[in-house]
Amino acid sequence: MWSRSSDGRRIAAITVIGTAIVLPLVVFVLGPNMPPGKATEVAKGQVTDNTVLLVVMTPFTVFILGYLVYAIVVFRAPKGETELRDGASMRGHMPSQIAWLVTTTAAVLFLAIFGTTELLANNGAGSGSGPNPVAKPSGAMLPVQVIGQQWEFTYRYPTYGGVETAELVLPAGQEVAFHVTSLDVVHSFWAYELGVKADANPGVDNVAYVKPTKIGTFQIRCAELCGLWHGYMFDTGRVVGAADFNTWIAAQRKQFAGVEKYLPKYSPSYSPDPTFRAG
Amino acid sequence: MSLRRLIGFNLLSAVVLGVAGFYAGWWLGHQITGPSIAYFSATNQNDIALFVAYLVGVVGFLVGLGFANYPVQRLLGKPPTLREKEQQGAARYFGLCTDHKVVGIQYLLGIGAFIFIGGLNAMLIRFELMRPTHLVWNGNNYLTLVGVHGTMMMGMMTSGILGPFANYFVPLMIGARRMAFPRIEALTFWLLMAAGTILMTTFAFGGFPTGWTGYAPLNEQANMGMDAYIAFFALVGLSMTLLGLNMLATVITMRAPGMTWGRLPIFVWATVSTSVLMLLAAPVLISALLMLTMDRAAQTSFFNDQAGGSSYLYENLFWFFGHPEVYILALPGMGILLEILPVFSRKPLWGYRLAVTGMLGIGLMSFLVWQHHLFVSGINADVRPFYMLSTEIISLPTGFIFICALGTLWKGRIRATVPMLFSLAWLFNFLIGGLSGVFLSDVPSDVTTHGSFFSMAHFHYTIMGGLLFAFFAGIYYWVPKMTGYNFNERLGKWHFWIMFLAFNSTFGPLLVIGFLGMPRRVVTYAGYLQGANDWVSVSAFVLGASMLIFLANLIWSQVFARVPTGVNPWGSKSIEWQLPSPVPVHNFDRIPTFGSDPYPYGEDAGSMLAQRPVVSPARPTP
Repeated sequence: MWSRSSDGRRIAAITVIGTAIVLPLVVFVLGPNMPPGKATEVAKGQVTDNTVLLVVMTPFTVFILGYLVYAIVVFRAPKGETELRDGASMRGHMPSQIAWLVTTTAAVLFLAIFGTTELLANNGAGSGSGPNPVAKPSGAMLPVQVIGQQWEFTYRYPTYGGVETAELVLPAGQEVAFHVTSLDVVHSFWAYELGVKADANPGVDNVAYVKPTKIGTFQIRCAELCGLWHGYMFDTGRVVGAADFNTWIAAQRKQFAGVEKYLPKYSPSYSPDPTFRAG
Repeated sequence: MSLRRLIGFNLLSAVVLGVAGFYAGWWLGHQITGPSIAYFSATNQNDIALFVAYLVGVVGFLVGLGFANYPVQRLLGKPPTLREKEQQGAARYFGLCTDHKVVGIQYLLGIGAFIFIGGLNAMLIRFELMRPTHLVWNGNNYLTLVGVHGTMMMGMMTSGILGPFANYFVPLMIGARRMAFPRIEALTFWLLMAAGTILMTTFAFGGFPTGWTGYAPLNEQANMGMDAYIAFFALVGLSMTLLGLNMLATVITMRAPGMTWGRLPIFVWATVSTSVLMLLAAPVLISALLMLTMDRAAQTSFFNDQAGGSSYLYENLFWFFGHPEVYILALPGMGILLEILPVFSRKPLWGYRLAVTGMLGIGLMSFLVWQHHLFVSGINADVRPFYMLSTEIISLPTGFIFICALGTLWKGRIRATVPMLFSLAWLFNFLIGGLSGVFLSDVPSDVTTHGSFFSMAHFHYTIMGGLLFAFFAGIYYWVPKMTGYNFNERLGKWHFWIMFLAFNSTFGPLLVIGFLGMPRRVVTYAGYLQGANDWVSVSAFVLGASMLIFLANLIWSQVFARVPTGVNPWGSKSIEWQLPSPVPVHNFDRIPTFGSDPYPYGEDAGSMLAQRPVVSPARPTP
């Protein structure tokens, strides 16, 4: 039946040959161009992850699409056939059902195990991992607090006197710990090129780790609907050399020295007076 | 004479009493709050008045339709009418009618109208996005359009297939004359109509900024337009709960002789699985909305972080409903797919038990995956691997549906009719939707795709590409049975090809745009994405225009051309195609006896029935 028929052999051949053609394209052409790029270790890890997902999907996609096209072309009732003629009464085929079950289960378990190891090996892979992340990078870290409020992000550097800046600047080659929190509604801090996304919840310290390696700029957008001007809540951050960073932070501290005494003391989260219906 | 017939319990009295009830409730709410609660008198935002107005308005609407007649007659000791308006004539479509076939057609037209409004909102959204900066809508109007589009579609389409097709065909398919609770069946429909109207009133109260997810605490900060969202979803949730209950009771208790569980048409199995989800998930939504109502109107703080509540609580409650919800949308589509493929492949459904397992498995698993919506929200990081695993495992039962569909096509005699084209397109669209979902289920990949246009395109591939394509497959397949008139096949094919190509040309690029870093629900975006967004907008307009072709086909073929369907134009072996078109009021002269499942293709049985005929077309029905 299934295994002996020439239809089955042809579909198997289409799957194998199609996969053999598409797979190199996925690995060598599409994969390296997957988001979010190569600006940080975390981002590189995500590119690898995206590529592996594509590789696992490829044979299934080729099989199903190849089968569909083959079926529509070959199993079509002849044109002009007015009399209804039934196909064979086939109500199932245990070997192929088991084969499908085993194949998809193997793929799914592989994806889940691979995703978990990637998540732990990359210290949360740039995701907001809550106040107590399971996987932490070792060594010295630069803590940077990201404060979301309607409708902008501001940044505090607790190791530099808790200075609050309107611009996000990071030193290259330094492991950074983002502490994301909010003063009002839920926002989401999305630094696209860094491969970081972490929701900003009021009263919560949401931590994400990243190590920028490439000097340049990156886009910051709010990725959770936060009200009227959500569409305008974006920013550009910079990754600079260590010396440039020190110059910049010193200038910021000098510029905002007068404001410092009005700022609340640095804390993992803040509870401002409830101001409802501000918008 | 004709004027006098307008007076009574019908849509007219329902609208009059509904509007009167709204204003009575509005006045009552102000009497309650005006002098006592200074906050409301100071802010001009009287949530209590609006909630009371919606409540009294809905009650007035239902009383006007005649839902109070039965309990009142029982109280007065009069003999109650058990079946209402089960007669011929157009008037039965404009009021409370307990004939399941009338309710099915009411659902089709009523839900169709609201889906059309939701689609128009999508056109207006895409118009704004033709420029990276401001074009026509200000921030508030844009967010309201986004919110109404999402909420209307998610709310109305929950019953998009179960409403018209399950109400109409499940009793026929199991050999019953009616649903288990005909009055509740009518109630589920009219609740939806009240809900849709309430959602439209949000424009009069300033709209709401939260999208269909309505996250806290933004939903507490929002103005009175938010109350329309709450009332809408609560009524939809109530309607879903009752619909699920009614369907389950019907299928469990009212199957005809010979209709064993192993012979149930696969569409009925899909209905059963969906009904379980509706019954278990929708009450969670109603509770969450009740808490939100308390927060907004009575100053409690369930979801207010700054007063001791938690916005996570809302997110968890919402997605505990919200994830089963998307399978409530997807499962009936799978049922229609597997119901139609055997008919146009002329083969039995391949792997019936596997398909049933898949449907029940999806139903069970859908309650175990909801936290994948919160992967980057800062939830306890320990649980993420579990939700990654469970989310990826749910693709296994979905894979069962695919292998059953492919197996049914195997060596069939495929006829490319319009319903078959929509079914085959379902397979293509849902494949893309499912594969894009894998990126969202994997935490490292989800960091980029979460909350972006990628996730938006993903769920449009599964819901629009799955549910709406199945919806149209169902329309082209079953509406000729419901009305007795064929569709124009040429126009149907034009509709299909334009819709299919425009759909993929709209949402395929959106997957890429999401990968390139565009978040959802924004009114501005990076300049380099303008070319892609313009392409998408133009495709979306073509997609919208394809709906006009459908409307033209519907009106032309059902009102003007009127080519009679005959009993069984598709050559199906299922029972509904052994009955006259349209189906007579009492369905069968005598209750049928079933001899097989509906798929005895290539086998000796002429149809699934053990004895025929069950209805004589020549004889006028009572």
